[in-house]
Amino acid sequence: MSQSTGKSILEVKDLRTYFYTRDGVVRSVDGVSFSISEGETLAIVGESGCGKSVTSLSLLRLIPSPPGKIVSGSILFHGKDLLSLSDEEMRDIRGDKISMIFQEPMTSLNPVLTIGRQISEVLELHRHCTKDEARTRILELLKLVNISEPERRIDEYPHQLSGGMRQRIMIAMALACDPEILIADEPTTALDVTIQAQILNLMRELRDRTRAAIILITHDLGVVAEMAQRVVVMYAGRKVEEASVFDLFAKPMHPYTLGLLNSMPRLDDASTKRLVEIPGMVPSMKTEIIGCAFAPRCSVASEKCTQESPVLKNHGNGHWVSCWHPISAAGVMHE
Amino acid sequence: MSKNKKVLLELNNLCKHYPIRKGLLSKIAGYVYAVDGVSFSIYEGETLGLVGESGCGKSTVGRTILRLLDPTAGEILWRGERIDELSRAEMRPFRKEIQAVFQDPYSSLNPRMRAADIVSEPLRNFENLTQAEGRERVKELFALVGLRPDQMLRYPHEFSGGQRQRLGIARALSVKPKLIMCDEPVSALDVSVQAQVINLLGDLQKEFGVSYLFIAHDLAVVKHISHRIAVMYLGRVVELAETAELFACPSHPYTEALLSAVPIPDPTRQRQQIVLGGDVPSPINRPSGCHFHTRCIYAQERCKREEPTLEEVSPGHFVACHFKLNT
Repeated sequence: MSQSTGKSILEVKDLRTYFYTRDGVVRSVDGVSFSISEGETLAIVGESGCGKSVTSLSLLRLIPSPPGKIVSGSILFHGKDLLSLSDEEMRDIRGDKISMIFQEPMTSLNPVLTIGRQISEVLELHRHCTKDEARTRILELLKLVNISEPERRIDEYPHQLSGGMRQRIMIAMALACDPEILIADEPTTALDVTIQAQILNLMRELRDRTRAAIILITHDLGVVAEMAQRVVVMYAGRKVEEASVFDLFAKPMHPYTLGLLNSMPRLDDASTKRLVEIPGMVPSMKTEIIGCAFAPRCSVASEKCTQESPVLKNHGNGHWVSCWHPISAAGVMHE
Repeated sequence: MSKNKKVLLELNNLCKHYPIRKGLLSKIAGYVYAVDGVSFSIYEGETLGLVGESGCGKSTVGRTILRLLDPTAGEILWRGERIDELSRAEMRPFRKEIQAVFQDPYSSLNPRMRAADIVSEPLRNFENLTQAEGRERVKELFALVGLRPDQMLRYPHEFSGGQRQRLGIARALSVKPKLIMCDEPVSALDVSVQAQVINLLGDLQKEFGVSYLFIAHDLAVVKHISHRIAVMYLGRVVELAETAELFACPSHPYTEALLSAVPIPDPTRQRQQIVLGGDVPSPINRPSGCHFHTRCIYAQERCKREEPTLEEVSPGHFVACHFKLNT
């Protein structure tokens, strides 16, 4: 596993992305901060609707507006706030310095363009390549992501490729301009396990080779354990816990993180005991949440949790938790 | 699973082939071998897990058992009686016995029907109940799956994904079936809600002794809920064993690779992963011999020529491979 140099290249501070719908304001991302260093893999985990995908789209300013809007916060890329850039300047960064792999390899490729044509779009836009130069580079990229017979595949259409191959094409496209940051939004969710293993292997290999930082958005804690160095856990638009991958799995401090870990059936556990449920469900984002968003489902919640929003606190070694009663080795802490 | 349990459902060499028609006269140009010779039994009160990657035919097996599809060849026996050739009318009494819970809780419930009507539809179809009796039953069912009686008059869109799956389960349970075919019942749900539904299915089995055919691609979920597991690859069962046995000593190279490919939520664990090359071949042009030989790391000359048959390697553990592992 490659280690980060500690120099942060992207810093997100107090990001808030709201959607103004007919039924009210949806606070999809509500004050999220994190940073990522060169060569590091940061995973953002959470269940559907927790705001992890909206966070990743906000980084590239791909939030459809209206109804969406980044209401406050800053996204500092090498110290420069992406939110203050003009649309043209932002376009220069997208796909070049920061690029993205989307979840659905079936729908995120254009069905009427050949693979080669789609990848060359990025190269023409950012590298001003000629057609021949682009073709050479594309063949290189296809080899890099282990596509067999690249000379043939380059002129094929997306429907002629399998799901795994399409995701490789997406990765090739994202890597075309040697990005410094690669955002991968559920890159393997739509794939079968054996194909998922191939893609994750490929991403690890490429990370070590290119030193690109990866922001991995996923709901699968297994993928997190295999890929990430640091993890941000989100719940209802907020960051509830952040820690190194080892700390998070060994000593989760937020009751939600613990609940997630306990509610998963595990392959490496022989017992068939009852799963630990997290009662209830994710709160609606349409009403403003007072206090801790997890309080109604939390087993250790107190009066305070329903009234005051917990603040993020550092518990040492970069382990941040936003909870009034974090879990420690000695049990539940009361502050 | 103890051996003296009664066999509920038996499949004998079940096949489902789809013809591919081409040209002006719609000549048959080939077949999609979706299911090709699947045999297994489901006992009373047990859960049989059916796993495999997309396109392996696991859902087709489920749908054929329900007679939503007619098998091309082979036999389906319900308590020893053949049901694969029954007409629609003759099939009716069996439909009460075999119910289904589907994957997508968003599309498997009629959006224009109220929750209570959705749950009571099988009751109205199969049992002559008065309105009051029906309402009482629905109320019981709601309580059984953890829904509140005041939610009975709501429409599906007013429920969350997990609650909708509970509605689907209540509907399947309403006519007290002996077997429920669950096709990916939790894969559309979040982990925290998934645990609730898995636990519910377990509780209902304990209470009513219903059997499940649990079709899923998530091995951890299947392992948790199943007594026995059948692994499918390209329309065939390649391995079938009791859950603990399958995970302790997988004998088919595909099972071994499948198990090793699942990411384990433990960052300290260093595993020897077997990463299979390539994709699953098309069920139209299947590789010769053992269908898995193109991706198998142990494949030899013989695998390309000879088709392996499902053989019993130890009591209740069946494998279709020329070079069985761990035996």
